[in-house]
Amino acid sequence: MAATTENRVIASLKDSLISAVIAFALFGPIVGLKTETEPGGLALSAHFGTVGVIVAIVFVGRLLLNLLVWKADRPITRGLSGLIPAQTSLGGFGKFVAPVALLFALIFPFLPITDRYILDLSVLVLTYVMLGWGLNIVVGLAGLLDLGYVAFYAVGAYSYALLSTKFFPMLVEMGYVGGGIMDWAFWICLPLAGILAAFWGIILGFPVLRLRGDYLAIVTLAFGEIVRIVLLNWYWFTGGPDGISRIPRPSFFGIPFSRGEGGFADTFNLDYSSMQRIVFFYYLILALALLTNLVTLRLRRLPIGRAWEALREDEIACRSLGINTTNTKLTAFAIGAMFGGFAGSFFATRQGFISPESFTFIESAVILAIVVLGGLGSQIGVVIAAVVMIGGFEIFRQAEEFRMLIFGLLMVFIMVWRPRGLISSRKPSIGLHSRKAIGAENVAQGQG
Amino acid sequence: MASWSENPILKVEHLTMRFGGLVAIDDLSFDVGRGDITALIGPNGAGKTTVFNCITGFYKPTEGRLKLRHHDGDTFLLERMPDFKIARHAKVARTFQNIRLFGGMTVLENLMVAQHNPLMHASAFSFAGIFSLPRFRNAEAKAVERATYWLEHVNLIDRADDPASDLPYGAQRRLEIARAMCTGPELLCLDEPAAGLNPRESAELNKLLRYIGANHETSILLIEHDMSVVMEISDHVVVLDYGEKISDGNPEKVKNDPAVIAAYLGVDDEEVETVEQEVGV
Ligand SMILES: Nc1ncnc2c1ncn2[C@@H]1O[C@H](COP(=O)(O)OP(=O)(O)O)[C@@H](O)[C@H]1O
Ligand SMILES: [Mg+2]
Repeated sequence: MAATTENRVIASLKDSLISAVIAFALFGPIVGLKTETEPGGLALSAHFGTVGVIVAIVFVGRLLLNLLVWKADRPITRGLSGLIPAQTSLGGFGKFVAPVALLFALIFPFLPITDRYILDLSVLVLTYVMLGWGLNIVVGLAGLLDLGYVAFYAVGAYSYALLSTKFFPMLVEMGYVGGGIMDWAFWICLPLAGILAAFWGIILGFPVLRLRGDYLAIVTLAFGEIVRIVLLNWYWFTGGPDGISRIPRPSFFGIPFSRGEGGFADTFNLDYSSMQRIVFFYYLILALALLTNLVTLRLRRLPIGRAWEALREDEIACRSLGINTTNTKLTAFAIGAMFGGFAGSFFATRQGFISPESFTFIESAVILAIVVLGGLGSQIGVVIAAVVMIGGFEIFRQAEEFRMLIFGLLMVFIMVWRPRGLISSRKPSIGLHSRKAIGAENVAQGQG
Repeated sequence: MASWSENPILKVEHLTMRFGGLVAIDDLSFDVGRGDITALIGPNGAGKTTVFNCITGFYKPTEGRLKLRHHDGDTFLLERMPDFKIARHAKVARTFQNIRLFGGMTVLENLMVAQHNPLMHASAFSFAGIFSLPRFRNAEAKAVERATYWLEHVNLIDRADDPASDLPYGAQRRLEIARAMCTGPELLCLDEPAAGLNPRESAELNKLLRYIGANHETSILLIEHDMSVVMEISDHVVVLDYGEKISDGNPEKVKNDPAVIAAYLGVDDEEVETVEQEVGV
């Protein structure tokens, strides 16, 4: 026993020493030698102290990992995995949490802790929840890896912005419609933006959807970028990098949130406050997000939703059962895009100003990260992931550049302990006697 | 004229399938009789699965014609149709040599997916479904009823709510057949349905296939290795070797065909007689 322990310590020391030497070889020249400008040219200055610290960290860290984790009889990490709740215990989790979360969301604007900043942040979180739910249809249910979801968010935002700042005023000017229409602009443009986004979903989907897996991912990524670059360069139409400003704010079903006569506060005998509009934004995005959720939950239990999931499980089997896989994928793409479009027009009306900068690839990545972290196909998982990620981003705002580091670490941790996302079990869409959750190990992730 | 050629559900005519230089099927013609159980047999690599893939549209045949006629007279030229339309309109269902179930979905869900097209129609492309109109609810209840019927016949009713990938191998094979039957096929193509089954399961399978043949407007075309299964249940046997038909007839005739024996035992034609004496046919 003592001998094996000794062996282990010696083996660990040896391994750590090798790592330290490699670290020295790597960091010696990179960190240890620095060029500095001097009057006569460049001079080398040595920083061997820093190198020493780095090498020591590598040595000690490697040694500890060796002794405690890799070569130990009882790795301490084993204790950690016990801390993660088992998937089965999360089965009933959604049933309990969902109504509580919904109730909380409904009364949230009136809680004493809620100030303007927090409410603004929650509107942002809810936007991402909605985008996550929309993308979940494509990635989680149909198993199509879409890296360009932001394109539809952009189409929705620009549709709303262009319709309300250019098209409607033009109609008013030409006398086809009365000026009152501007109060309703948002409510008319919202469905239009959704339809346009869905339309673009189909247009982009057609050529793309015969690809699978990595190829699909890369091409959707490219489409996302193409849309952004077109918006950037089509100057006379989209304003290019200047974006579109003075986008009309939404009205409370025709009653504008303005000071004075005929405004929201005046109509309902309230004191005017700019908070009213934010609270309205909050409920608006909450309603839109819940609509997304309701439609998704309902579609999952319809033949179309089952076909999406079957497609994720096995596309060839689907075709052998007479399912038109191209159309089925297109509907998933189009419906996901439509909700992205709704979210986009909400974004446009909330910001009042949009430019292509808001629709970069990183947005697609964040939305996808929310879906993957939450657990593909899980609605409540998306909510948790959105709150943690978007909320977390804000909390760590002071940490500046460390923010991304923390974010990355968190991501690595979750992927190690929960490779299928926070909530990865699947609830059957129909049951003969009961509907038991299906564990992640059975559920396919889709090949494209 | 043989009985299967009088009123065939499927006529395979001069079917040829080439993969680059490899001729997987070479000018193959045979008939599948209506209501029959037809077996397609042959050594490994003979091209049996390729024939299935041509019939079900997963491969486009290089040459040849596949003519399918429903019992009500509708005729389809399968070589011109894409795979999902063959399943949907020509009503040809199939199973796979390597089982392809929707593993993360329950047994019942697997059978509901198989009824996608009628259900989709009833849900009016999801509009009637979203609002749960009676028209859709009735159709769904009917679909569940049909699924239950097949689950009872393949002995899986107790496992209806379990994920398909949790089933034992034999049960997965049965489920795949039930799923194919839920599409209401005119022609059911089974690729090695008895592979990996124990003798008891194999006997159950024979019973199931006979039941289907006797009670449904479904003709069966199956690929099989196990000669005892083939001889016991099939009405008509077609033998392939290196993509060519080497024998075609009733089980008795095929069993005694020297060419078949040679192909299966891998001997030259001259030696067949000695082999025949050895194996006692
Ligand atoms: N997609 C394909 N591409 C190239 N060759 C194929 C393909 N499918 C089948 N083959 C070839 O065709 C021949 C027949 O295969 P198959 O039909 O699977 O035989 P089996 O009778 O065992 O089912 C084999 O030589 C196989 O390698
Ligand atoms: Mg085969």
